[in-house]
This record gives sequence, C-alpha cells and structure tokens, in this order.
Amino acid sequence: MSLHLWYTEEHSKNVRFSIKVSEHLFSGVSEFQKIDVFDSIEFGRFLTIDGLMMLTEKDEFIYHETIVHTPMAVHPDPKNILVIGAGDGGVIRELTRYDIVENIDLVEIDEMVIEASKKYLPQTACKFDDQRVNVYIQDGLKYVRTKNNEYDLIIVDSTDPIGPGEGLFTREFYGNCFKALKDDGIMVNQHESPFYNDTKLAMQRAHKRIKESFPIAKVYQAHIPTYPSGYWLFGFASKNYDPIEDINKSKWSKLGLTTKYYNLDLHIGSFALPNYVKELLNQNE
Amino acid sequence: MKMDQRRMPIYQALENLKTKRIVPFDVPGHKRGKGNPDLTNFLGEKCLAVDVNSMKPLDNLCHPTSVIKEAEELIADAFGAASAFLMVGGTTSSVQTMILASCKPGDKIILPRNVHRSVINALVLGGATPIYVNPQYNEELGLALGMNVDDIKKTIDAHSDAKAIFVNNPTYYGICSNLKEIINYAHSKNILVLADEAHGTHLYFHNALPGAAIKLGADMAAVSMHKSGGSLTQSSVLLLGKQVEQSYVRQIINLTQTTSGSYLLLSSLDISRKNLALNGSNIFSKVINMTEYARQEINNIGGYYAFSKELINSDSVYDFDQTKLIVNTLGIGLTGHEVYDYMRDEYDIQIEFGDLGNILAYISVGDRHLDLERLVGALAEIKRRHQKSRIFMPPFAGYMNPEVILSPQKAFYSKKESVKLEESIGKVSGEYLMCYPPGIPIISPGELISKDIVETIKYEKSIGAQITGTQDMNVNYINIIKEVL
Ligand SMILES: Cc1ncc(COP(=O)(O)O)c(C=O)c1O
Repeated sequence: MSLHLWYTEEHSKNVRFSIKVSEHLFSGVSEFQKIDVFDSIEFGRFLTIDGLMMLTEKDEFIYHETIVHTPMAVHPDPKNILVIGAGDGGVIRELTRYDIVENIDLVEIDEMVIEASKKYLPQTACKFDDQRVNVYIQDGLKYVRTKNNEYDLIIVDSTDPIGPGEGLFTREFYGNCFKALKDDGIMVNQHESPFYNDTKLAMQRAHKRIKESFPIAKVYQAHIPTYPSGYWLFGFASKNYDPIEDINKSKWSKLGLTTKYYNLDLHIGSFALPNYVKELLNQNE
Repeated sequence: MKMDQRRMPIYQALENLKTKRIVPFDVPGHKRGKGNPDLTNFLGEKCLAVDVNSMKPLDNLCHPTSVIKEAEELIADAFGAASAFLMVGGTTSSVQTMILASCKPGDKIILPRNVHRSVINALVLGGATPIYVNPQYNEELGLALGMNVDDIKKTIDAHSDAKAIFVNNPTYYGICSNLKEIINYAHSKNILVLADEAHGTHLYFHNALPGAAIKLGADMAAVSMHKSGGSLTQSSVLLLGKQVEQSYVRQIINLTQTTSGSYLLLSSLDISRKNLALNGSNIFSKVINMTEYARQEINNIGGYYAFSKELINSDSVYDFDQTKLIVNTLGIGLTGHEVYDYMRDEYDIQIEFGDLGNILAYISVGDRHLDLERLVGALAEIKRRHQKSRIFMPPFAGYMNPEVILSPQKAFYSKKESVKLEESIGKVSGEYLMCYPPGIPIISPGELISKDIVETIKYEKSIGAQITGTQDMNVNYINIIKEVL
C-alpha cells in the first residue's frame, strides 16, 4: 500500500474532495456498478459506488438516523416497512431498534453491495440476520409495481439518479410507492443536495415528481460532511400525516432510544429550510 | 455469407484519408470543420473530419468502382441479395426506386391500401396506376392486418398485365402477409415483387423472426437500416434479387440521387452492416428477450393487451415480428393517443407512436432493463390514475372497391376545386381521405367518389372516427378534379 494514496471525488467539475486512504479493502464490478471499500484514518472505512461516496463510518449515523427516525416519530403504528436500496444495512440497523416493527422488506438491485458491506462494513451491515428482515435482490421500481396497500413506511435510500438509481427518481416510481403504501403511509427518500448544479436539478425534479403523487410532500435537511457541499436533503411524503403537526413526541421519547444525531427539536428544525432552498423547491423546472 | 464481413471498406478509406493529412482545396467549404467552429463544437471534430466530398480514394456513389462497390457487395452478401445499393435519401428513396424501376407511366402496380406515403408519391412521380388490395382488419384491436393470399390471387388474375406487386414486410405493427405464396404466384405471372422492409432490417439476421423478403425470393426490398439496423437517420439500403438488372436500377437511382452523397451516412451503413453480420443474431436475441419480458409484465398489469404471435392465423397475420412491442390500450378505457401523451408529458418517456387503440414502444439493442422497468411502471401508473371503462372500436365500415379513374400522377397535376361532400358524388377525388385508424384510405386521388363512399364518410364522422387527409379539417368539403391537364 502506498503511503500517499488519496481517494478523490469531484463534487463539481471544479471542486474536489479528498480523503487520505490507508487501505483499499475491496474493489468489485457488478452487473450494475463499480463498488469499492477503503479504510482511512479520518473517516474510518468508507463505501463508494462508481467513484461516489455512499457512506463513511464516521458520519453515516447522521444520514441513517435522519432518514429513519424522522418518519418513525411521526407514524403512529409503523409495522410493515419497505426499504429500497440501502444494501449497506444502515437503515435496517436503525429500524430494527424499534420493537413495534414487525416486518422489513429490503429491496436492493445489486447483491454485491450487500455482500461487500457484510464483509467490510460490519458497523452498518449488522442486522441482516434479524428475523424481521427479508432481502429481495431486485429492481426497486419493479418490486413496488406489484404491491398494493401493504406498507406503513417506505424508505428510499437510493444512489444518485444516474445509473441504476435512475428509476427511483421518476414519477412512475413515486406513484407506484403511493399505491404500495397503506392509506396513512409515509415515504421518505434521499433527496440530493440543493447546492451544486447537478444535484440541484435532480433535487428539484424529485420534489416536483413527488408532489405530483403525494398530497403532503415536505423536504428536510441534515449535515453530512462527506457528501457534496456537506448539506443534504431528504423528502418526507405522506398520504395524511404532517411531519411536524403529527409528531408524537412523548411516545417517541418513551421508547428511550439513544441517538447520536437525531432528537425531537432537531426533527422540527430540520424542516425549516433556508430561503434559497425554498425558492428552488417552489420553482417549477 | 461468403465474404469477410469484418471488412469495412468505406470506413477504412476514410481512416486512411485522415492519416494522409491532405490539404483540402475542394468542397465542402467547412474544410474539415475549421471554417465553421460552432458546428464543429456541436458535432465534434471527428465527425466533421469525415464529412468529405467523393474523391478517388473514396469512390463515387453514382458510379461506384472501388470502396463503395465493395461495401455494396458486402451488404448484398450479408443480406443474401444478388446486389445492393447504399441509399442516402432515406427508405423513401429506396421505395421510389423500386417502383420507378419496375413501372413505366401507365403500368399497373398492385398494392395494399395501407402503404407509406412514399409509395403513393412514387406513383405521382412515375405515373403508374395503383390496383389496391384490401388489407384485413382486426376490429377488436383497431388494427390493419396483412393481405389475404386469395385476395391477391384474384387481383392478379384480374390484372395479369400488372408489372409489380408491393408488400409491407412487416407492417409498422409487425404483421407479415404470406410473402412466399405471394412471390410464387406473382412470379408465375411474371409480376415483380417489391417489399417495403422499412421495419424489417432485423428479419435478415435472426432465425426466430419472420422471413425476410429477399431470402423468400422477392425481386427488390427497401430496407431501413436506420431503424432496427442502427445506422444514421436517412441512410437506407436497396436490395435486388437475381432477376433484376442492376445497371438499370442504378440509372433510376441516379435520376434523383444527390451527387454529393454524405460519407457520414455511407460509413454508418458500412459499420452497421458489419455489426449486423457479425453480431446480429445475438443482438436480436436480446431484443426479442427484452420485448417478451416487457410484454409479459405489461399483460400482468391487466387491462392492457400487448399482443404477439397468438394473432397468427395462417393468412392475414401470416407471421408476427416479436421485436415489436405494441400495446392495445382500449381495455383501460384510454386511446393510444392519450397514453402516448401521458407517457411523454408526465413520465418523460417518448414512445414511437400512439393511434386510436394502440401504442408502439420501439425496443432496440440500445435499451436497458432499467428503462423497460420505467416503461412498464409508467403504464401501471397510467392505468391506476386514469383508467376508464373499456372503449369499443367503432366498426370500420370496411373497404370499398375503389374505381381508379385517373392515375395519382394525373390527379396530382389536375386543376381541383373544393365542393360540399354531398355534391362530390360522381366526381373524381383530388385528395385522400382516411379513417385513422386503420389509416386505410376510403378514397385516394384519382378515384371516383361514389354514393357509398359519401355515406361511409358520413357514418364514420357520426360515430366520432378521426378522419384525416382532406384540406378541410372538418371534412365538410372535399377537393375534386375540375379539369384534367
Ligand atoms: C413502411 C414505411 N415505408 C417507407 C418509409 C420511408 O422511410 P424514410 O423515412 O427512411 O424515408 C417509412 C418511414 O417511416 C415507413 O414506415
């Protein structure tokens, strides 16, 4: 191993983000994408797909707590949950902390992501053997197409909308999710960043498409240091629960879950968006 | 295939030319792009560098003797034809060449009424007289089918002086007539068989697909390499059988062909032919698998009907091209036009076309499974959000034996006037009028307008059929021939 190995990602054509790598643990090319796992001094192990950062051991808690606990504190009875993407296992790790959850279906298109995560990222891929978890290796768009009125919550933990994640940013996908949810269902999704141009357009399009399918479509935010610009958005779409008005604070507090990032004040605050983001969301494409 | 199909003589000649760094003091004036930076930026230097004029090492499309000649021989070899021409005026130019080469002014040509406009235009250009055969029609699906062999035999018997018969192989909708039978019968009467294979390039390269015209013995075939063959838009191929004199066909082509044939188009034919010859079977196996998968998934949604070989009936649907993904939408209460619009406007999916009862999604080797999932997902969503009760197709009043008074050419050049529909009975029509679908003309230029025809038009209008073709959008008036020039 070279002493001067750096992982570099272009956050935009003119901006680079680099992490000094201590070891390149895994590299594989699946039918869909190139998957790598590195080790580093600053961020611990990290997973990249097609040269884009998916997670690091140091900051993944922010992403996973934000995408899971936010809807879980709102839905009164989240028993049956569908997770799309998320082959690294982080979403499942957070979900399995809730006793109320009876069933988790995880649909990941690329088995290699799961295999590599189980082997090299035990910090996130630690709950695949929970009895409530069922793994389906399938295209997410295809999977939801056949589901009707089944899930309380759908979590869309997708890659960017270029490559195999493309179908998960389309109107047909959001519409199919709407159909797969029960009458009081919630869908949350990875919603890209408003900051750089490429992700900004994807973010606007996703919001437009979600609004067309769900009566309630809100956007919330978190600070994720290793994603482009460090500022990331999430979508909260639902058939009738409002993420702020319908939050059940005392119930969630009583669960006594310890979290590193998420708390109930932050939950409320995460929906308070900067003006430029509000403007982008209000603009039609 | 006997020749070395790995060869690409035009491509190779262009590559050689690039390495020679010849100083161009000839046309085109953009001089390998340097004279037009905006265009070069847009299309790329590589592209402009081979946009060159014909010159000795590159041969000449009008009189090929070297690399173009070899490229044409390779095409003939790959398609199993006696000879072949590279065409740069679209399949329109191939279709027109077939007709002009087989019919002199006044000669008869037998053809189905659901032909592409390029065919009728060729009749205007060359002065041939059409003898129409009625394609069959599936009322439930609102779909024009192939021709009955018996109908064709009867027509040939009644017009044994016809010079040619023209057949779609397959139609836009993937439907094939019994071409082998048609060829046998036509040849027994010394009638040439011309095939429009605008939608049939792939038939030459996969065993599981319907028979390709030239392989079945047709005399000429117009093949849209730019559709399923992967070449650039506007490039096409004309194939000849053994009986047709190549030099005469070349003369006909040169009547209307440019003297500045584009080497972009020519090289794209060369490269695509190599790819088809070497990999065609694999490519179309993939396309067939993808289409079959999509068809199954779409039929599982319910309400839609993506039809396939079950339509085969040994006559008007003698065979079906299973690479065609056509979905009948009437079961979910939407017209094909509506589904087409939803797909584009709401789901960012562009499909090939929608008609009253069907949509066609064009599947090729360029598609990915992911994209098929989007297509199927969007159809499922359109059904969920917009489904209505089933639409029943208005019964197509059927086909009336047209009485051809003037050839399309005479009708085209005649003086016309617009009269009320009711007042047109007994007059000769100056324009087309068709119900869409099936897109079969009720009346064509040069045909007698009978009482039955006017009644049919009124009936179709009354049941809300979409009537197109006339200058008057409301079809209250029709152009008739006033004076034959
Ligand atoms: C049946 C048929 N014939 C001929 C043509 C003419 O081909 P081109 O557009 O290449 O001139 C077409 C084009 O769509 C067609 O569908």
